[in-house]
Amino acid sequence: MSANTERMRSYRRAAVTLLVVAALYEASARSGYFAPALLPTLPTIGRTLFAMLLDGSMLGHALYTFYRVMFGFGLAIVVALPLGILMGRFRTVEGFFLPLASALMPVPSLAWVPVFILWFGLGNTTTVLVVFYAATFPMLLNTWSGVRSVNPLWLRAAGTMGADENAMFWKVIIPGASPFIITGMRQAFLRAWIAVVGAEMIAASNWGLGWVIFDAKEFLNTDIMLASLAVIGFIGFVFERLVFGSLERATIQRWGMVRAAKS
Amino acid sequence: MTLRDAVTAETARADVALATPARGIGDRLRSAALTAYPFVVVGAMWEIVAHLGIFPPRLFPTLEEVAATFVRLTVMGILPHHALETLARLSAGFALAAVAGVVIGIAMGRSRRAEDIFLPLVSIIAPIPGIAYAPLFLLWFGLGNFATVLLVGFASSFAVIINTWTGVKAVKEIWVRSAQSMGADNRRLFRLVILPGALPYIFTGLRLGMAQAWRILVVVEMLAGVQWGLGWMIFGAREFLNTDVMLAGVAVIGIIGLVLEKHVFQRLEDYTVVRWGMMEQ
Amino acid sequence: MPHIEIRDVSLIYDTPSGSVPGVQGVSFSIEPSEFLCIVGPSGCGKSTLLNIIAGFLMPTGGEIRIGGKIITGHGMDRGVVFQDFAQLFPWRTALANVTFGLEMKGISKAEREKIALEQLRLVKLDKFVRSYPHHLSGGMQQRVAIARALAYNPSVLLMDEPFAALDALTRDEMQRLLADVWRETKKTVIYVTHNVAEAVYLADRVVVMTPHPGTVKTEIPIRLARPRDPLSVEFLEHQKELLRHLGGEAGKA
Repeated sequence: MSANTERMRSYRRAAVTLLVVAALYEASARSGYFAPALLPTLPTIGRTLFAMLLDGSMLGHALYTFYRVMFGFGLAIVVALPLGILMGRFRTVEGFFLPLASALMPVPSLAWVPVFILWFGLGNTTTVLVVFYAATFPMLLNTWSGVRSVNPLWLRAAGTMGADENAMFWKVIIPGASPFIITGMRQAFLRAWIAVVGAEMIAASNWGLGWVIFDAKEFLNTDIMLASLAVIGFIGFVFERLVFGSLERATIQRWGMVRAAKS
Repeated sequence: MTLRDAVTAETARADVALATPARGIGDRLRSAALTAYPFVVVGAMWEIVAHLGIFPPRLFPTLEEVAATFVRLTVMGILPHHALETLARLSAGFALAAVAGVVIGIAMGRSRRAEDIFLPLVSIIAPIPGIAYAPLFLLWFGLGNFATVLLVGFASSFAVIINTWTGVKAVKEIWVRSAQSMGADNRRLFRLVILPGALPYIFTGLRLGMAQAWRILVVVEMLAGVQWGLGWMIFGAREFLNTDVMLAGVAVIGIIGLVLEKHVFQRLEDYTVVRWGMMEQ
Repeated sequence: MPHIEIRDVSLIYDTPSGSVPGVQGVSFSIEPSEFLCIVGPSGCGKSTLLNIIAGFLMPTGGEIRIGGKIITGHGMDRGVVFQDFAQLFPWRTALANVTFGLEMKGISKAEREKIALEQLRLVKLDKFVRSYPHHLSGGMQQRVAIARALAYNPSVLLMDEPFAALDALTRDEMQRLLADVWRETKKTVIYVTHNVAEAVYLADRVVVMTPHPGTVKTEIPIRLARPRDPLSVEFLEHQKELLRHLGGEAGKA
């Protein structure tokens, strides 16, 4: 009961804060001190967002971005998940790939954009590869440490109960490592999402949320920029909370392997 | 489970195999060789492809060329100049994020009012990738250093804010009670108990913030029309198909990134939270 | 005049399913330099009562007087030792943990280190003054906590199952040490435990509490000569009597 009133109270306060900030923004936009092109009013941004949603252009940009991010992210999972498991199970695989991963990981994925542009040209290939690069390492390292950190007691228990190699792998190691694997996917998507926006700014032509923001700068279309920012934030939020959140709730949270999200 | 794992599981765990303690000189040589051999294999493959001429040499230079370019640019002072400018921007941007982030984070952890004001804003702004704000900042503050530093500071401050806030909230109640029963007033409770108690989280936030600042700075330099900087160097080299310059630049970016991640807060942490047993190394 | 008077103290918790009495109508008093144990099964409100006496919780009814004055919060007339080893500040050495209360009092550095050293000697830790808590064993950490609670010279020492998380051998050793410390310092001690043998070994008087709601069932004086022999017939008799009181309650529930 008291927890509920507490939550209502903090929602109310959050709403008040956001309203005040919005009012301050609106006041400075209307004050005439700043160029309207640089500081559009909230109704203008809303109208732009609405118009772009209606004529389908926003959907097009979002779909392009979504396609690139899912392609790169999917590629990263297809490569990094098996590789991470192999690294966790076999010393020789670990010995070969771990030093390489440690050396490549500190290079920000977006630093590769100019190189990839030279190699693959502007467009989808470059963007997808940058996303792939960004998503691979969190996936790889989390899978690797997840497999290594599977409780040896579980392995022994499964062994005494007659589990063979195959059962051991699918029924013990994979579920045991799943908290790390899911964390890895979450971080990989977060990195991929950042990478796709950055890569589209530099390497995409005509379509994509990152491109539309950057292109809007040329024509001082601040309203388009802010509307696209809102869409980027919305998609990121949906993925972080709804997709990965429900994935976690359905698996590791149900098994009691992690506490509920810290925030 | 260490504190750092709780907040982020990603910060390089990869050094485990690199840093296996070696006892004798023979062991040490052996482990150095083991670490080096994957690089030798990959390097050899690169060399074969480059020398076979499958791709145009301008686009796929040999490693000797990249190394020669690296040495040439270093001796001419061009590479150090780019790197220093980039590091100066990083320091300015990160300092901004560190100061603002720690102050706001502590305020949020200590006062309900500050939490009510900042938490909704942080939870709306933080999930959008920092780089997405770049065009907006460039439009509002113009091309150049000011917008770059401001954006780097802005984008990297959220990791510091969130971790500091969490840390202040996570200070053990039993420490607070002990200190109060020994007569600590609010000011001393803050300085002597809450601040050191939250330190492991604050360090984690600073580490993450630094890594983020580095990632975003490299891209912003490509967009912000600055004259010097590693990001600009590799971006500009594209015009003249100078792949060797680019790869040398990427290598330097990687090395600096590695040093920042591993060593900047290391000593500070070793001297405080690690010595106190509050964080494992 | 008794040192501490507890008069009709109650505390009612508000929970989502309604209000639950944690402690109800508890009254007893403690003489100066008396060692009082509060014994009861878990959930009987003994720790809640100790936290009320310490001033961390406000009672919803009744009052507590120390030296005749009603308490309204925590104060430096009381030292507190908790069960959790983590009560020590990890960023301070054993010595700096013990000096904390003296620092709050504004005593000079040289003076407070002298006092803290004495206290650490009292708990036989003078070899470990420069160690950080995470380098000390659980028993040693609890000894530092005792020294820390005594250092600023409070007249009352409140202890909430301080040895419950230790292994049996260490616990015996700690009980002997605490009996010695008490004999030397002559503090008034309120000691909460669920361990009957521990209560008989340490206490001048034992207050038995029962749960749902937490009330005082009975008080039993322990008039055995010190140092006590846990294997003597009288000791075992007292232990049986206490268990009878606790067991009767458990049987009813």
